[in-house]
Parts: sequence; structure tokens; C-alpha cells
Amino acid sequence: MKVSVWRGGADGSLQSFEVPRYASQTVLDVVTHIQRKLDPTLAYRYACRVGMCGSCAMTVNGVPRWTCRAHVDKVVQKNELTIRPLRNLPIIRDLVADMRTFFDKWERAGGHFEGTTTKAEDFARIAPDSAERKAIDAGTECIGCGVCYAACDVVSWNPDYLGPAALNRAWTLAVDSRDANPLQRLRAVAGDAGCHACHTHMSCTERCPKHISPTASIAGLKRAVAKAAMEGKL
Amino acid sequence: MKHVALIHRLSGIALALFLPLHFWALGQGLEMDAFLRWTEQPLVKLAEWGLVVLLAAHLGGGLRVLAIELLDWHEWQKSLAAVAAALMLAAGLAFALAL
Amino acid sequence: MLAVCVIVHLATIVYAVRGGLTAAEIFARTRGSVAWLAFYSVFVLTVAVHAPIGLRPVMTEWLGWRGRTRDTFLFAFAALLAWMGMRAILVLFV
Repeated sequence: MKVSVWRGGADGSLQSFEVPRYASQTVLDVVTHIQRKLDPTLAYRYACRVGMCGSCAMTVNGVPRWTCRAHVDKVVQKNELTIRPLRNLPIIRDLVADMRTFFDKWERAGGHFEGTTTKAEDFARIAPDSAERKAIDAGTECIGCGVCYAACDVVSWNPDYLGPAALNRAWTLAVDSRDANPLQRLRAVAGDAGCHACHTHMSCTERCPKHISPTASIAGLKRAVAKAAMEGKL
Repeated sequence: MKHVALIHRLSGIALALFLPLHFWALGQGLEMDAFLRWTEQPLVKLAEWGLVVLLAAHLGGGLRVLAIELLDWHEWQKSLAAVAAALMLAAGLAFALAL
Repeated sequence: MLAVCVIVHLATIVYAVRGGLTAAEIFARTRGSVAWLAFYSVFVLTVAVHAPIGLRPVMTEWLGWRGRTRDTFLFAFAALLAWMGMRAILVLFV
């Protein structure tokens, strides 16, 4: 089949290769075949190749996916594949996207936990079936692969927008009763680049390989931010 | 789902642009008859029907957003796109019949 | 609240438009009615607030317009809608 692959940086272009089709072949198999057998200069990322790490995320026929989990039979169109790096991120080279803005926004959204207790104190007791824990469980499995960020229209329209992954993580921390400063978290995601810029297109939810719904988390943030604003706390 | 959101946005833009004209026409007072005669033309009738559909589409999309953002998360909220579309068609039909 | 207004408005218009429309017919229904005056006043003012809020992300994301000039424009648009709307209401309902 014909496989068109992005080469170069932002000003690069697509290059075509003829790649044999096999049964149970994944797009990652295809890219690996090209790099090993046809053109060793092709740059791309992968690690676990079994759908655990998220490193192999690329745009396949216009859709952001984990290439190790994208079976060629399911995504091929007219016996052709077009593979580009993830959208909404600068291109380092070929199929490798620069993830720095993605993680910068993660930090800006308050993406790490800060508790109030020390090793000297007892464990926090959180019931696994409590509303708080269920909300956190729904969003906590994110491994930062960037697929949702690439799928998001608002990210492509508004370069400041924090994006679905960062906001999803912010939500899981904002509802955590052990958190040191919940108001500060809400402040970080309020404003024009924050949760209210989400227009519920739900492309993130549609594409997330871990079946997380950033839309649901962002809806939670919208409610929390609005409530805090109306109580004058922001 | 993003197509519902896009229709919501485009219908909103169209309605926002239309509103000044709508208010102007209504403010014409008794000279409105001349304007109303102009609106009898089939192209204008079609445009009026289009506006009603756009309003219904915008309403449907808006209700979808309100449901997702204000109510607790449920799986059925994803079907709201269908609800919005249904609303739009119903309103368009009713208006077409009334004409 | 706007959802309720829109539904009422749509239902009313669909009902009123049946069989055609003249200015006299419209005025016969609307003049002197305090209830409709109140309803449409609320409708116009909420729309005058809602439309600019809705346009704001469109301007930021699709027109690249940000900052104070964008917001000033939106306030002006809101004022325009409110003024034109209330003027129409005065003509129709008073």
C-alpha cells in the first residue's frame, strides 16, 4: 500500500513509500518497516509498542492515534495511509512532535499534587466509593500522550488554551480533599485560557486511548470556578 | 459532537448579524406594511424559515451545552447532539407548515 | 432563562404567522399589552447581553481579535442591540 509520511519540519512535505501489507499489521509496524528497510533517516518515537506508554502517538489519516494500537485494516483508506506528527505541536523532525508546550501548560494548570501532611502523620482515609474518589478515578489514568491535545479544535484556534489533558489533571487534583490550596488551583484554570474556553466539541473524549473524558472533567472545573467566582472567592 | 458545536457557533453568528435588521424592521411602526409586503417574496420566506431553523438549532446546541456543564456527568449526555438536531427539525417543520 | 424566552417566542411566532401577516394585525395583538411588553423587554435585554458574550470566543479564535478593543466593540454591540430592541418594543407595545 502507499504510505505518505511527513518529512522535515514545519516547512517539510509528504514523502511516499510502498509498504507491503500483512495481517494484523499496525501503523507502528508500517513506520518501523519504512525506517528499517526503506529510509533509515526517518525520525519517529515509540517505546513499549503495546499500548501502555503513549509515545507512538501520531496523526493517521487525519486522526490522532497511538500507532501501535492502530490496526492498518481499521484505518486504511483506499489502500493508502497518510502519517503526520501530532497536530497543535511544533515539529522537531519528521514524525516527532515537540511536547514541551504540552507539559508547560500541564504545569501552568497546577498539574502536580500538593498535600498538607507529612510522613509523621497518619494516612488520609479516602473511601474508594466516595464521590470524590470516583471523580478522580475517572480521570487519573492519563499518561500524557498528547492525543487529546492534538484533537482539540480550541487548542488549534487559541494558542494560550491550556488544553484537555492539563485541565483534566487539574480537575482530578481540585476535587482531592487532601489538596493544600484548592482555590489556587481554580484560579490557575479560570480566565480566557482556562476551562471556560472549552466549547464541548468533545474531540478529546472521542479520541482518548484510555477512554478518559476530559470534557467531563472540564465541566466539573467550569462548575467549580463559576461557584467560586459567584461566592467572591476568586 | 464537534459538528453540533460548529452549527451552534455558526447559527449564533448568523443570528447575531440578523438581529439588528430584525429590530430595525419591527421599529418601522406603521410603515411596516411596506416592509411586510416585501417579505411576501418567496426568497424572503425561505430566508425567514432559515432563520427559524437557525434559532432552533442554536437553542438545541445551547441546551446540550447547559446539560453537559450544569448537570452531573452521564453517558446519555453524548446523545444530546441528537436531541438538538431533533429540536431543530421540529421547529423548522412547524414554521414551514404555518407559512 | 433564555431557553424559555426562545421557546415562547418561537411558539408565538409560529402561531401568529399562520395565514400571513400585516402591520395592523401585529399591532392589534401587541398594543397596550403589559404582559407582552414585559416579556419582550426581558427577552431583548437578555439577548443584548447573550449575543456579545457568544461572539467573544468567535472573535478571539477565528478573527484573532483580543484585548480591550475587542471588548469595547462588544459592549458597543450590546448597547446597539439593547437600544434598537427597546425602540422596537416601544413602537410595538406602547
